[in-house]
Amino acid sequence: MRFLRRAKKNRAPASLRRSFVTPEGVDLRLELSSAGARAAAFLIDVTIMVVTLIICSILVFMMGVAQAMGEVLIILWLIGSFLLRNGWFILFEMGSRGATPGKRLLGLRVVARDGARLTGGAVIARNALREIEIFLPLSFLASQTAQGMADAFLTLFGLGWSGIFLFFPLFNRDRLRAGDLIAGTWVVNDVRGGLGADLGAATSERPRRLFSEAALNLYGIYELQTLEDVLRKGNEETVIAVATAIRRKAGLPDDGDDHSFLTDYYAALCARLERGLLVGRRREDKHSVLGRR
Amino acid sequence: MSQSLAPATAPAGPLVNASRFRAAHQADWEQLDTLLKRMEKRSVRALNDDEILALPLLYRSALSSLSVARETSLDRALTTYLEQLCTRAYFQLYGVPVSAARQLGDFFTSGWRAAVQALWRETLFCLFLTIIGTVAGYALVASDPSWFYSIIPDGMASGRDPTASAQTLKETIYQTPDQLGRGQSMLTTFAVYLFTHNSQVAIFAFALGFAFAIPSILLLLYNGLTLGAMLAVFFSKGLGTGFIGWLFIHGTTEFFAINLAGAAGISIGIAVAFPGREARMDSAVRAGRSAAVAMGGVVIMLLVAGLLEGIGRQIVQTDAVRYGIGSATLLGWLLYFYAPGFSRPKRRRAADALPATR
Repeated sequence: MRFLRRAKKNRAPASLRRSFVTPEGVDLRLELSSAGARAAAFLIDVTIMVVTLIICSILVFMMGVAQAMGEVLIILWLIGSFLLRNGWFILFEMGSRGATPGKRLLGLRVVARDGARLTGGAVIARNALREIEIFLPLSFLASQTAQGMADAFLTLFGLGWSGIFLFFPLFNRDRLRAGDLIAGTWVVNDVRGGLGADLGAATSERPRRLFSEAALNLYGIYELQTLEDVLRKGNEETVIAVATAIRRKAGLPDDGDDHSFLTDYYAALCARLERGLLVGRRREDKHSVLGRR
Repeated sequence: MSQSLAPATAPAGPLVNASRFRAAHQADWEQLDTLLKRMEKRSVRALNDDEILALPLLYRSALSSLSVARETSLDRALTTYLEQLCTRAYFQLYGVPVSAARQLGDFFTSGWRAAVQALWRETLFCLFLTIIGTVAGYALVASDPSWFYSIIPDGMASGRDPTASAQTLKETIYQTPDQLGRGQSMLTTFAVYLFTHNSQVAIFAFALGFAFAIPSILLLLYNGLTLGAMLAVFFSKGLGTGFIGWLFIHGTTEFFAINLAGAAGISIGIAVAFPGREARMDSAVRAGRSAAVAMGGVVIMLLVAGLLEGIGRQIVQTDAVRYGIGSATLLGWLLYFYAPGFSRPKRRRAADALPATR
């Protein structure tokens, strides 16, 4: 038992951050997208495809009544549905955003695992394998319902086999589909947020509060960044609760303005911890010993 | 310092590194951000020459800002923003595929040939499987016609079984003029239907290769079996030459394409199962990308086969011409894929995104 527990403890926490060093030597720390986001993106894409197909089919059916145009329309429909099924993912992912509309909505993009250019071959490979991942289980289910429970064992076997590919991303660390595995790609988060306001910026209209050494020694980087989150989100109740907690710990009186108190405390704590960084003293959190790494 | 009851106040200048750092570099980051936005919306063509020249400089300065921010600043919003900005810039500079026109050009001049050539062993193996299947199907049905029914499903036979008369069989391979007149109007539709259907099956066969190639092998064997069974039926009525001609006009292209699709699938299965000196993942990726290029070609070949089958075969009713067209297309494919000195596969140029897409 002890040996089991130790093995578990030594394992690094499961994270979707992956080290990725550019040719310039900087680690970009890419964040892989979660299986849930990818499933949602896929569902959005499939919904768009199915709706398009249904609308086009209705149009073809209505216009096909005029026999002269009938054949051309059927040909267009055949080619169109073929392109929609096989080309949708391939053509969008070969574009400069590297993402289908569904992926774009959820802020994902497909990139090559080695960081090189995404080639047509890779995009075709990762999407051709959707045939066995998605369409195989679907058509299998469809044929089984059509025949009406022909053979329970065969159904179970078939579903199990196709389920291996469907749930493949959940069984590996990098959330790779079978298609990603073959194509050498993975899907990363491609969010584009603006630069948040500078919390430590100079305040012109009022002077800052000064805090004692003891008050600033209470916390480390982890608490500082939690405080940053609290300030950026600006939830009134949280701000009051956090300000009260800090005042209680530091033994400071309540001056009635929680928000500016927290902003000043943040700036002072940040300046102090950053000074520590410059001389090589990095205080990770409130539990780490003062003055040591 | 004593702990006063009312906290003392400090001058309101910038306290933290992030403020000074933002003030010095924020303009550069914002310029990079606007350039990237335009590139993502359209392409690198949306930028003028000055902006193109500025882009790598801005990218590198953002990268160095990121490194500095990570070491000296505790402003998490700043490092997150810089990480996102640098990642976007990296993929615009290094990761965007080259333009579609250029990829297509590369595909037809070298990529397709190289991918098919790389599959030569698997292609021969698939040809061997098809032949084995055909011989077995022929031998089985010739020795005992009842085998026919277990090999070919009713829907596919559509009356062409061992009990059919020579006359019925003959009608299925040659059409009389009035049948032609009736069928003519839907020829293109038929061709397109054949193309989309066969392509879907070929892509499926390719994808199945991932499961250690076994399903692909079974599919190819079965394909051969049906061919052999059909051959046995037509040969027994003395219609062998006609039937082969009926198949030959498009079959050379179609069977070649199906063999290539199977070969592409098998090559992935082999790369996963027996990676050799490479790491298993690397071997799978190399095989997968190359086989996918070959698959793009297979779809084109099936388009040609669909046109030949849907239109050519209905218009051309004589054996000699059917054989002629079939042999000519086969010879064409063989020359295009395997003829030496036609065009050597070029080494992919390792240029960055800017010269490649402009």
